[in-house]
Amino acid sequence: MDPILTKHVREPNAFTLDFYVQHEGYAALRTALTKKPDDIIELVKASGLRGRGGAGFPTGMKWQFVDKKAAPRYIACNADESEPGTFKDHLLMERNPHLLIEGCAIGCYAIGAAVAYIYIRGEFLHVQRILEQAIADAYAKGFLGKNILGSGFDCDVFLHRGAGAYEAGEETALLESLEGKRAQPRNKPPFPAVVGLYGKPTAVNNVETLCNVPLIVARGAEWFAGLGPEKNGGPKLYCVSGHVKRPGVYEASMSVTLRELIQDRAGGVRDGRTLKAVIPGGSSVPILMPEQLDTQASFDAIQKAGSLLGSAAIIVLDDTTCMVWLAENLLHFYRHESCGKCTPCREGTDWLHKILQRIERGEGQMRDLDLLSSISANIAGKTLCAFGDAAVTPVLTTLKYFRHEYEAHIKEGRCTLPAAWRARQPVGAH
Amino acid sequence: MSFHPKMAYDATFHKSARLVGDEGAPFSYTPENRARLDEIVKRYPADRRRSAVLPALYLVQAQQGYVTPSAMRHVAEALDMTAADVEDVVSYYTMFYTKPAGRFVLNVCRTLSCALNGAERVTEEICAKLAIAPGQTDPSGTFTLVEVECLGACDRAPVVMVNDAWHENLQPEQVGTWLEDLRTRGESAVTGCHHVVEAKGR
Repeated sequence: MDPILTKHVREPNAFTLDFYVQHEGYAALRTALTKKPDDIIELVKASGLRGRGGAGFPTGMKWQFVDKKAAPRYIACNADESEPGTFKDHLLMERNPHLLIEGCAIGCYAIGAAVAYIYIRGEFLHVQRILEQAIADAYAKGFLGKNILGSGFDCDVFLHRGAGAYEAGEETALLESLEGKRAQPRNKPPFPAVVGLYGKPTAVNNVETLCNVPLIVARGAEWFAGLGPEKNGGPKLYCVSGHVKRPGVYEASMSVTLRELIQDRAGGVRDGRTLKAVIPGGSSVPILMPEQLDTQASFDAIQKAGSLLGSAAIIVLDDTTCMVWLAENLLHFYRHESCGKCTPCREGTDWLHKILQRIERGEGQMRDLDLLSSISANIAGKTLCAFGDAAVTPVLTTLKYFRHEYEAHIKEGRCTLPAAWRARQPVGAH
Repeated sequence: MSFHPKMAYDATFHKSARLVGDEGAPFSYTPENRARLDEIVKRYPADRRRSAVLPALYLVQAQQGYVTPSAMRHVAEALDMTAADVEDVVSYYTMFYTKPAGRFVLNVCRTLSCALNGAERVTEEICAKLAIAPGQTDPSGTFTLVEVECLGACDRAPVVMVNDAWHENLQPEQVGTWLEDLRTRGESAVTGCHHVVEAKGR
C-alpha cells in the first residue's frame, strides 16, 4: 500500500495550507457539509474505522452514542501521545496538521459540536506552534470559524497544552485536565459520549483516528474497508523503535506482518544481533516472541496472538536486553505516572517497582516472584481506568516468558547477561 | 477550650509551628501576559475560566521562571478558583517548577526505547561532567538535570528536551562538547525535531 496519511510528510511545505489545498485538502470538508450529519456517522460506521489511540473501538459507534439531545456537544482530540514507544501523532500533527483540522471539523459537523479541543502534550511545543499557525490559516481561509464555506455551520478548533502527565491520555482524565483539574480518571459509566466535558456529550478521538475521517469522506467507506483485512481497514501508522536499524514511523495496511515491519521497513535487528522479543503496541501490552513474528499487525490478529495492537508502538528487543531490567524500567514509568486516585495502582506500582529494584540489585528472594504475581493480581481490574492493567503487564508478561531470568538474578545475585552488553555503545538512528 | 484531653486544639493551634511555604515575591502578570491570558480564557465557556489554569501557569513560568505560592494566589484570583485548587494542579503536573531552575533544564528521557539506546549512560555522563545528580542544578545555575518519562521521540533515542526544544540522538561521548556548546551558543546547539530539519534540507 502506498502511504496516504504520510504521503507528503517529507515535502518541505507539506505543513502549509497552500500545499494542503493544492493536494485536494479540505475537499472532504466541502463534501461533508453537503451531506446530513447522520450520513457522515453512517459512512464512518460503514468504513469500519477503529480508534487508533489504543482500544480500537469503532469510531462511528462512538459518534452514534453521543447524546444528540443535550447541547452543547464537544470533540476532544487526544493528542497527548504518551504511551512509551509511540510517536505517530507527533509526525502527523507536525507535517500534516491540516488533515487533523479537517478531521476535527468534519467530526464536529457529524456529531453537531461547535468546538473541538485538541489536547496536546506539553512536551510538543514545536508541534504546537505549527498547529497554531495551521489553525490560524484555516480560520483566515474560512475552513474554520463562522459559516464554514457558506454552509451555515460554525466550528471552532482550539489547542490546549498539557503539562506532563501520562494519565491525561486516558479519555476521562483528559477531560478533567481540560476542565483545569488534575488529570485523574472518572468512573465509567457514564461514558464521555453522554457525560463528558463540562458534563456535556463529548467524543474523545485520537489524532490518527480523526485524520482518517477526511479520507473516508473523500474516497468512500468501501475503499477504506478494502484496505487491509476485514474489520481492520484503512491505513495505519506503525512506530518502530528499539534495537532496529531504521527506527521510525511506517505506514501500511493492517495486512502487513510484524516481520515485514521489523525486517523490511525498519531494516531488522541491528549489529547482527538476534531478536529476543517484541512489544507490539506500546509498553502496556504483553510481549510477543520471535516465533510469532508472522502475525498480522492488525487489531484482531495481534489480540489472537495474545497481545494487543494498542497504539501500534512496536518496540524491538534484541538478545542483549535483560528482561528484569526491562520490567524495572517500565515499572519506574508506571510508578511515576500513576495519578494516585486509586489505591491499588498508587501503592501497588510503588511496591512492584521496589521489588523489581531489589531483584535487579541482586537482593531478591524466590518468594518475591510470587509476591510480584500477587500484587499484580490486586491491581489489575481493581482500578477506575485501564492504567492498572497496563502497569502490571510488563511484570506479568516477562514473568511468563522469562521467569528463568528472574530466577537467575536471584540465584546469582546479579544480572547473568554479559556486563558489556548493557554498556554497549548506543547506535544512532540512521 | 480543647476537646482533646492532651492536645491544645484551641485558639492558638492554628498558629503552631507548621511549615508554611515561602510566599515568594508578590506576583502579578505583566499587562501583556494578562492580555494573553484574557485571550486564552475566551476559548472556554464563560463560566469555565478554570479550564485555562495550565496556560495561566505557563505564563507565570514564562514571566518569572517558576511558580510561587504568591503566583498561585494571583492565578486563582484571575480564574475564579481557590489557591488550593491551583496548588493541586501545580503539584500534579511535572512541567511546572516550584523552585528556580537553571538556564537550561536538561530533561533526559529514561523510558524504554531511549534506555535501550543508552539513555542511562547519557545521564551518567551529564552527572559526571556537571558534578550533579538528577534533580539538581549546577553551582553556576546554568544546568538543571531532570530524568523524565517518554517524550514521544523514540525513533531518535536517546532524546533530551532542553527547556522546550528537542535534542535527538545524543550519544554519551558527545555530552561534554554538547554541554559546552549549550553554554556558548545557547539553544541553537540543539538539533530540533528531525522531521522539520530533514524537510528543510530538501
